[in-house]
Amino acid sequence: MLSLFIYGVIQSVTLALYALGFSLTYGISGVANFAHGGLYILSGFIAWSLMNTLRLPIYLALPLTVVIAGLIGFALYWGLLVRIRGIPLAEVVVTFAAGIAILEFLVWIGLYGFYYNLPIFIKGGIEIQGVAVDYQRLFVLGIGVILAVLLWLFVHHTKIGLAFRGIAQNEHTALTFGIESDWTGALSLAVGSALSAIAAVLILPMGVLESTVGYEVLIFAVAVAIVGGLESIPGMIIASFIIGFGQIAVAKYIGSKWMVIVPLGAIAFILAVRPSGLLGKFKELEERV
Amino acid sequence: MAEANLKFRRERLDRGIKARSDTIYVISSYREILYLLLPRVLPVVGLLVLPLVLTGYWGKVLIYACILGLLALSWDFLASCGMFSLGQAFFFGVGSFIAGALAKYLQWPPLLTIPVATLGGGILCAAFLSPVVRLRGIYFAMITLVGPMLFSRLIIATEYLGGSHGLSSLTPFTNKWVPPYLAVGALLVCLFGFRRIINEDYGLVLNAIRDDDRAVMSAAINIYWRKIQALFIAGSVGCFAGAFMTHQYQFVGPSAFALDYSILPLTAAALGGAGTFAGAVFGSLILVPLSEALRVLAGLRITFYCIVLIICIIGLPEGIFHYLQRKYQQFERLTEI
Repeated sequence: MLSLFIYGVIQSVTLALYALGFSLTYGISGVANFAHGGLYILSGFIAWSLMNTLRLPIYLALPLTVVIAGLIGFALYWGLLVRIRGIPLAEVVVTFAAGIAILEFLVWIGLYGFYYNLPIFIKGGIEIQGVAVDYQRLFVLGIGVILAVLLWLFVHHTKIGLAFRGIAQNEHTALTFGIESDWTGALSLAVGSALSAIAAVLILPMGVLESTVGYEVLIFAVAVAIVGGLESIPGMIIASFIIGFGQIAVAKYIGSKWMVIVPLGAIAFILAVRPSGLLGKFKELEERV
Repeated sequence: MAEANLKFRRERLDRGIKARSDTIYVISSYREILYLLLPRVLPVVGLLVLPLVLTGYWGKVLIYACILGLLALSWDFLASCGMFSLGQAFFFGVGSFIAGALAKYLQWPPLLTIPVATLGGGILCAAFLSPVVRLRGIYFAMITLVGPMLFSRLIIATEYLGGSHGLSSLTPFTNKWVPPYLAVGALLVCLFGFRRIINEDYGLVLNAIRDDDRAVMSAAINIYWRKIQALFIAGSVGCFAGAFMTHQYQFVGPSAFALDYSILPLTAAALGGAGTFAGAVFGSLILVPLSEALRVLAGLRITFYCIVLIICIIGLPEGIFHYLQRKYQQFERLTEI
């Protein structure tokens, strides 16, 4: 029972980390960044290349990865999205296609199997009342919580964060206050990509760096974001706990191959029953239904 | 140069022959009848002759192109009713598995399995998606994206219907002329059928649902029921494609729900131009042979499709077909402002 609790919490925080970037980008600029999974794996690959090809030390390589991922997100906006801004379906298709293009390209250059993996920061683990947990997972837990708090502070108490929220609430009014819509959009995509890179360098060391993981990350991110309500961060956290505990419980009592069905089922259920998500408020009627 | 641009602008006018052939007087001249018939008859004759010319490998490519054309048509039909699908693979997979299961467990011949899979699959797809017809835009797109993934994982996890190994050694088509002509025939019937449906009053309502669903609701039309009907039609076409391919490959597995079958029809429709159906067929007839010619790229194929898709959406949003249609019907000239 305790192991269910501990691993449930860790799984939930992992899911929240996956979804953080996706949710933030959508919440600000309204761009559903379906390239999220692709960017996640790409950041993992960049980190791997920096460490193994350029032989950079880990404390240099990982921040650099996050910065590069941010720049890629920025470029993605100015290169592709700026031309189709405001046509939601075109945005979805373009980011979706960009994500798949990245993933399939990485498959093509040989990114599968056990050859590629990132090192764990802290080796070893502890036992909490008979449940073994390694330090890396606890580290993920800590970073996840810190990141969520920092993000909240950033969005509520910095100028850029307030500009983000202004654009999210009413683009035209924000424009009259001198908030540049395209720059905020690009920044939001950059921050979202950087967050996906942070998730990648934290979580990938515990698994395999593989392209197929990218699709799952996308499913998880979309699932959490939709179930929670696309623009609400508290909703996202609640949703990641529901899905995380659901997954661990399913893995424990039914079988681990059923795990991936939990988020998919959750999306189908919530879209059919309450399309705006658990805590989604605005954009409720006119856009969804 | 800048000044010249300021003083002149391009103006588009209908060609005289277009204006003349719009009315009943078209029958007064062979030239005008030809102008109307040529773009319709030429592709039909071409598609009917091609199976005779192409045999072996390229014959298979033609069949594949037709099947993707059917999926693209089904996508276009849904899109013209405001339902934007990212998961044509769902229809394809449902049709495949119905046909595969009937052929494997009940030993039905293709003559029976394909019609049953087409109709039954259409009903099943419409029933499965009926709770979400309320959704619009990207929310509908997301749920269609999730659908095929959910089903392929379910089949792998439950190990029903062959699980991850799939069902193999199913009954093939007996006559070698059946597959190409069945594929081409289905494509032509769907193409002209859909064009007809959309031009009827029925299609007018569907188009209106895409443009402004509130207005249609206020005209006391049940848009959800109409959307379910559209889902049934599009789903049947997708299921037919799946059932056909099951017998063609003599195999069905979770790969029937693969992303390829979602992204390729979308690319074809975007390349050819959405909304006319002819564009979707045109796109898949270009895209499939092109990708076969680029077979050296092997694993890069999906990347290639994605890049084509991105370029089309950003660079040529109207699609090739709309462009050609404009050139055929209109001419451009500079006029002074």
